[in-house]
Amino acid sequence: MTKMTARKDWMSLLAKAPPRALAALWEGRGAPDFTWLRAPEIGAAMVRGRMGGTGAPFNMGEMTVTRCSLQLEGGAVGHGYVQGRDKAHAERAALVDALMQTEAAERIRAEVLEPLRAEMTGRAEARAAKAAATKVEFFTLVRGDD
Amino acid sequence: MYVAVKGGERAIENAHGWLAEERRGETAVAELSVDQIREQMKLAVNRVMAEGSLYDPDLAALAIKQARGDLIEAIFLIRAYRTTLPRFGSTHAIDTGNMACIRRISATFKDAPGGQVLGPTFDYTHRLLDFKLAADGEVPPAPQAAPRKEPTPHITEFLNHEGLIQTEDASDETPPDLTREPMELPGSRALRLQALTRGDEGFVLGMAYSTQRGYARNHAFVGELRIGTVAVEMDIPELGFAIEIGEIEVTECETVNQFTGSKTEPPQFTRGYGLVFGQTERKAISMALVDRALRWRELGEDDMGAPAQDEEFVLYHSDNIQATGFLEHIKLPHYVDFQSELELVRRLRREAEGAGQEAAE
Repeated sequence: MTKMTARKDWMSLLAKAPPRALAALWEGRGAPDFTWLRAPEIGAAMVRGRMGGTGAPFNMGEMTVTRCSLQLEGGAVGHGYVQGRDKAHAERAALVDALMQTEAAERIRAEVLEPLRAEMTGRAEARAAKAAATKVEFFTLVRGDD
Repeated sequence: MYVAVKGGERAIENAHGWLAEERRGETAVAELSVDQIREQMKLAVNRVMAEGSLYDPDLAALAIKQARGDLIEAIFLIRAYRTTLPRFGSTHAIDTGNMACIRRISATFKDAPGGQVLGPTFDYTHRLLDFKLAADGEVPPAPQAAPRKEPTPHITEFLNHEGLIQTEDASDETPPDLTREPMELPGSRALRLQALTRGDEGFVLGMAYSTQRGYARNHAFVGELRIGTVAVEMDIPELGFAIEIGEIEVTECETVNQFTGSKTEPPQFTRGYGLVFGQTERKAISMALVDRALRWRELGEDDMGAPAQDEEFVLYHSDNIQATGFLEHIKLPHYVDFQSELELVRRLRREAEGAGQEAAE
């Protein structure tokens, strides 16, 4: 995985993470000193779909997004882009993003990102498993003489 | 002479005070929390997000609470809030082919790869009131089976292989945005789809139903209906690449419509498309039917003069906030307007009486 795709991967995970789940994993971790480059800000992104699922794009409607940027004492810059309107959540996401670019990366990965991923995957799998249980198994009734 | 009238501040203030009390209802009954509304009134929350045109379940739940369950009022609150938000950008088009489906059915292919997955549906329930719900809310956990790992393919792909269905040509053209520029007609299909996805469910349903009853008949099969979550990706300028900024639940409906060909198109199946925020399948199916009806011009079909084919009629009347704003304003004071009407009617009556007397004389 290149550096860019790795960062894309953890930022995407953080953006989709339930705020409570990230907060629980972050708890007890003293926040490192940082300065705001952009204080948390709530806004919207216009979501697009495609005609017929594959054709030309059209605007569906917006979703709420919160973003912020910060810089650690050591110089690492972290960006937080998360779904919803939770500013503290965006701050945690930006801190994780920044720390992932420091020596703390492996620890953060093991203690925050991986458990977060496991929890989210578990949730998604449970829904997929419930969906699978509602899959129709057709059987054919033989009718007539021949 | 025009005399401006002021007043009513105290009455308005007291009315709002009483509204707050009525919203709370009987205090001996536990208060509803926003979390409860979000989790247990989920389909109402979905409708408010779809028509409010803002995906945020917490806000939609809050709006429903504030609006005392009046969903159009709740949608109004969301629309008003939406306008206060800075827009960070537009996302990449969501990839519904990669949807984590909780429901996926086809009325056209029984044995489609991925199968018929019913999901948490009201279909096949007996629509009998369940008095157990009035007693307690305990439910056993839903059964589980081995989950499907791979994405579920779109059904129209199979018809595409044979060239039997009109293709949707991909492009990355920037679509028009009716929330930013005034709507200009005739509009593009992209504009129509935006209007329909945020349009009033009842209105879009009524229009769709009219096509089924014979107004611009375009016999539709539900080729596929799917509900599930998709990731939303957006380019982040400060990073120089795109990341997923969230995950949303959507309902997608593709209809397959009979089409015997026209002056410009060969006989083939044509498509209607519905894509709506949340679990909103009645709306998504309706949207697909109306989308198909509105495509008569590009498919070289005849204008049957049906309401569902009339772009101006559909697009200008589908928005329940515009409609309710105009409709409800007539209950506000029109004392001066009405005074002049009254004068006019009195004068006409006097004149008519005068004319009648003259004729009698």
